[in-house]
Amino acid sequence: MLKKRIIPCLDIKDGRTVKGVNFLNLIDAGNPVELAKEYVKQGADELVFLDITATIENRKALAGLVERIAAEINIPFTVGGGIDTVEDVAVLIKAGADKVTVNSSAVKRPELISDIAAQFGSQCVVVAIDTKLNDDGWKVFVNGGRVPTPLKTMQWAKKVEELGAGEILLTSMNSDGTKEGFSLDITTEVSRNVNIPVIASGGAGSMEHFRDVFFHTGCSAALAASIFHFGEIDIRDLKKYLKNENIAVRL
Amino acid sequence: MIAIVRYNAGNIMSVRNAVTRLGYESIITDDQNELERADKVIFPGVGEAGSAMAYLKERKLDQTIISLRQPILGICLGLQLLCRFTEEAETKCLGIFPASVKLFPPVDKIPHMGWNNFINMKGDLFKDISLNDDVYFVHSFYAEISSCTIATSEYILPFSAAMQRDNFYATQFHPEKSAGVGEKILKNFLDL
Repeated sequence: MLKKRIIPCLDIKDGRTVKGVNFLNLIDAGNPVELAKEYVKQGADELVFLDITATIENRKALAGLVERIAAEINIPFTVGGGIDTVEDVAVLIKAGADKVTVNSSAVKRPELISDIAAQFGSQCVVVAIDTKLNDDGWKVFVNGGRVPTPLKTMQWAKKVEELGAGEILLTSMNSDGTKEGFSLDITTEVSRNVNIPVIASGGAGSMEHFRDVFFHTGCSAALAASIFHFGEIDIRDLKKYLKNENIAVRL
Repeated sequence: MIAIVRYNAGNIMSVRNAVTRLGYESIITDDQNELERADKVIFPGVGEAGSAMAYLKERKLDQTIISLRQPILGICLGLQLLCRFTEEAETKCLGIFPASVKLFPPVDKIPHMGWNNFINMKGDLFKDISLNDDVYFVHSFYAEISSCTIATSEYILPFSAAMQRDNFYATQFHPEKSAGVGEKILKNFLDL
């Protein structure tokens, strides 16, 4: 049986992991490779690395970091942040990334999705959608969730599927950072209406939140950052809990 | 020396990294002599079947691969290309395994992406692997179950998770991305 995936997300700035981390057993928790290895040991199913600086100079450094991660990590990982062109993708895939994630650049130029899919296959294109509920429904936001667009979330999700996205990483801006749980309504709507896997993101604060998002929405994976980084939830414990709740996970 | 077949498929580095982590030396090559001389050959692949087969034919790698005598391991698209035919771009393949490759019917999410287990394991490739072990899959096409199937998995329907005929081995999943379980399977192959 296909398992539900748990995906920690690591934010990278100048080649270092940002956000406080308190794994006592790690000598250097700011080192993305060390942190990634710790997550693999805990049983993470995949990893996502987001370069939050994403300038041109940093992008070269990012490729070097991706090479080091690929040399050490034996599970799939996705890299994103500032990917504008197929050439950007080529550098990261060559360095050893399994998938890339695009967000604002795909909204600006949707054919970027089909171009990447044509060259590297759909399986490596994860389209990140940042969404927020306002008076006229769930809308797509870009530039780290700061800039609204007229796109309706459901419409955009269908469109990226058509264009050849292999997965959708759906982040609810309403839930992100609240630790009050994933946005079940929009995650359900998107997941039930596209035929590609959806990764739920934004709002994880407890193990119950993961159970709820898997139980109710049809999502294939759930992503979180701070609760893992701060050691509030150990992935081993989370997966044991989910298994007891009859959610299929890899132990 | 382990030779990894160089062709226009994605992320060959991750296969090489996995082989290196297990302590084996490897080269990535499309040279006929180097492939023939290697102790083991790995035929990886992520990508599209039609263009991959065209690339292999252009360089006569199709002939080289089917004439290899040492153990060879196809991975993912590598497994599919070792079959008879794939519905992907209606492509005639290498014909080692008497099976066709078909698109999953669209009754659940496609691709089949993530960790899944397998059953009916046969042979040395699965030494010390149990029914509870999961490996990482990502594919939209699947190989039918045939006389060469040495493990089956299920997503939408049962399909070949691994195949073998003589010195030709293949896995639909990615051992190089399947954590400790994948490492064991890869090691089992490298130790053949």
